[in-house]
Amino acid sequence: MTILPPGVSAGQFAKALAEFTAAVGKDWVLTDDEDLQAYRDHFSMLKGQPDELVCSAAVCPADVAQVQAIVRIANRYKTPLFAISTGKNFAYGGPAPNVRGSVTVDLKRMNRVLEIDEKRHFALVEPGVSYIDFYRHIQERNLKVWVDTADVGWGGLMGNALDRGIGYTLGPYRDHFSAHCGMEVVLPDGELMRTGMGALPGSHAWQEYRHGFGPDPAGLFAQGGFGIVVKMGFRLMPQPEHWRTGLITVPKRRDFIALVDTVNYLTDLFIIGEPLYGSPLRNLRSDAEFVKAAEAFDEAAMDRIAASHNLHSWQVELQFYGSEKTTLANWEWAKELMLRNIPGAQCFEGESLPVPVTAEQIERTTRPYPAPYASQMRRNIMHGVPKLYVWWMPSRTDEFPDSWNESHLGLFSVVARSGAAVLQAQQDFDRIARELGNKPANLSAISTPVNWYQSVFLLGNGAFGSNTRNDTSPEAKIAQVKLLREVLRRNAALGYGDYRAPPVLQDAVADQYSFNNFALRRFNERLKDAIDPNGIILPGRGGVWPRALRALRGALRK
Amino acid sequence: MNKLTVVVAVLAAALPLLLSAAEPVADAAAGKQVFQLRCAPCHGAGRGGDPGREMLPGTDALRIKYKGALPALLEQRSDLPEPVLRVYLRHGSWSMPAFRKTELSDVDIANIAAYLALSARSSAH
Ligand SMILES: Cc1cc2nc3c(=O)[nH]c(=O)nc-3n(C[C@H](O)[C@H](O)[C@H](O)COP(=O)(O)OP(=O)(O)OC[C@H]3O[C@@H](n4cnc5c(N)ncnc54)[C@H](O)[C@@H]3O)c2cc1C
Ligand code: HEC
Repeated sequence: MTILPPGVSAGQFAKALAEFTAAVGKDWVLTDDEDLQAYRDHFSMLKGQPDELVCSAAVCPADVAQVQAIVRIANRYKTPLFAISTGKNFAYGGPAPNVRGSVTVDLKRMNRVLEIDEKRHFALVEPGVSYIDFYRHIQERNLKVWVDTADVGWGGLMGNALDRGIGYTLGPYRDHFSAHCGMEVVLPDGELMRTGMGALPGSHAWQEYRHGFGPDPAGLFAQGGFGIVVKMGFRLMPQPEHWRTGLITVPKRRDFIALVDTVNYLTDLFIIGEPLYGSPLRNLRSDAEFVKAAEAFDEAAMDRIAASHNLHSWQVELQFYGSEKTTLANWEWAKELMLRNIPGAQCFEGESLPVPVTAEQIERTTRPYPAPYASQMRRNIMHGVPKLYVWWMPSRTDEFPDSWNESHLGLFSVVARSGAAVLQAQQDFDRIARELGNKPANLSAISTPVNWYQSVFLLGNGAFGSNTRNDTSPEAKIAQVKLLREVLRRNAALGYGDYRAPPVLQDAVADQYSFNNFALRRFNERLKDAIDPNGIILPGRGGVWPRALRALRGALRK
Repeated sequence: MNKLTVVVAVLAAALPLLLSAAEPVADAAAGKQVFQLRCAPCHGAGRGGDPGREMLPGTDALRIKYKGALPALLEQRSDLPEPVLRVYLRHGSWSMPAFRKTELSDVDIANIAAYLALSARSSAH
């Protein structure tokens, strides 16, 4: 089936394709149905629908000059372009564009690691370098640096960072966009620009000082359609000598406040890597009395029932990077702080392993803590070892042997990094779910935040499970889209916004960032129109629409 | 039955013929390398890594799908000649998304098929 870019006639599109072919060669302009299957979002909420976000063609350049040529051709034919690097953005839209009929620029063939410096701790990479590729490159050269990887190792440094993806080691590295340092971008008119020290010809420190001088537009290229990035620098974590873990548990519900304060203190002194919060009260999910208390957010009853089962209310797993001695000293200090700040806190020794850990240690599926304290730790990502372990999440499981999570997507709200804010958000999200006729799938009162970004929490709107395993009909998926949009509206009315979204929800998220009559969006769209007058570069991404296509804002399944 | 299932069933029926046609050109050693890099992270024999997950996700899903009727490990499967494998990989199958030509070429697929045929034969002994 031929799909055309919006506003482009079949004749004009054929001419554009001919020019793309002249630029990259006939093997690398893909238009066959079979070839384009893999450019669909495998988890799309609109799969098979007439408005599914699919591309009209994929063009796969081999170098920067070809990217520039593609952009210039697209300008001539007013053909919207979408760009993917490794193209594995599953849960946030996969490789599919914001605008149906866009031509997808698939940068996977540009897959060189251009530089790694193990003394100054940085790398410069092309778009197609996946975490798995990068790790192999490091291993083959026996370099003593780590890349902070996403859970899904087939994603890549550049694509993940440009969607503001996250990881799991030390704070500055977990925020993948903030860990970037310097980029090279093909602008909407085909010109090449470098940010930071890269703007100074002959600079020796492009990957070491990201700001350069004057305004730095680097932020425009993350979750935004202002250019196609073709090189990107990243700060790397030096390999430590030792890794140590420990578990803290605290008895009462309200102890969560002091627990978070103490963990924040250790985090912002860069003593610990990603802390993993959880609740041992998960063990009471089939206890009717506890469920009743938790659903009512009855704190006194929850504390009483927890105590009667000899269970603590919260836990956090801590991890330390350094030498054997420093990690031990830091763990001792963490324990001292916890015991001082939180009456009744308990501390459990975890693991203490020389780095690099062995393959067997990475693969080990058991964890050191005594029952009932379960661990959520994936060891590989704590050591910069990219894997695909997590793919069980969307897959068949023993619990769901005949279904897969066809519309797996993430919905994570930004929540202030305090215990009180989390306890409040739990109640807010739970109430909103119920108002909308949805019984939360898990007990909201024991849901815990993730601390992927060092300075803030994200709390999953798990109430909706983002899981349509039970009903995979197109109607159910559309109902889910509409439900999630309403959730976003109600969340925003209480001051919560999301950090990231698939295209089908991007306008709904962007709509919530409305301070002063959308001053930020108006600013972005003025820039967009000035820099990209034909509106061809990733239109709609991040809720920023060019003048020519502004009518599409919010139009998808209104 | 969806379209993919039909295509796969038809191809599987033509299997013996396809096998002899596909084998000579492909390079099993190259296929092994690609398999280890791009497929084994989900389909390998290693452990699942995550707490409590004893198998890798692709292997585990196929264990659940076939309940022992076919091996959970792709490297023990003798029923995945190139045309069948290509349909799975270019369309995706259940929770496995499709692979693009830029990440997995048609030659890569043929080579993987050759490798799987070889490894299945040696694991049968
Ligand atoms: C089970 C599961 C677990 C996951 N775990 C994580 C996780 O731990 N951390 C995490 O961050 N995410 C996670 N994700 C989400 C997602 O799969 C990853 O973020 C993945 O790394 C994104 O795909 P990619 O790296 O291939 O980026 P790409 O798909 O290449 O790029 C992402 C987006 O960035 C833009 N873009 C890409 N390249 C360019 C360019 N050169 N110029 C301009 N714009 C560009 C495009 O809009 C593109 O859609 C998970 C998803 C699932 C299903
Ligand atoms: C991200 C994990 C992942 C990767 C990487 C992956 N697969 Fe899969 N694959 C799966 C899962 C999960 C299934 C099972 C789907 C199901 O439940 O039916 C699957 C199914 C398959 C099937 C269908 C088998 C059957 O009988 O149903 C084939 C063939 C296959 N994969 C081959 C490959 C090859 C070859 C590669 C490497 C190029 C690969 N896969 C890479 C996860 C993956």
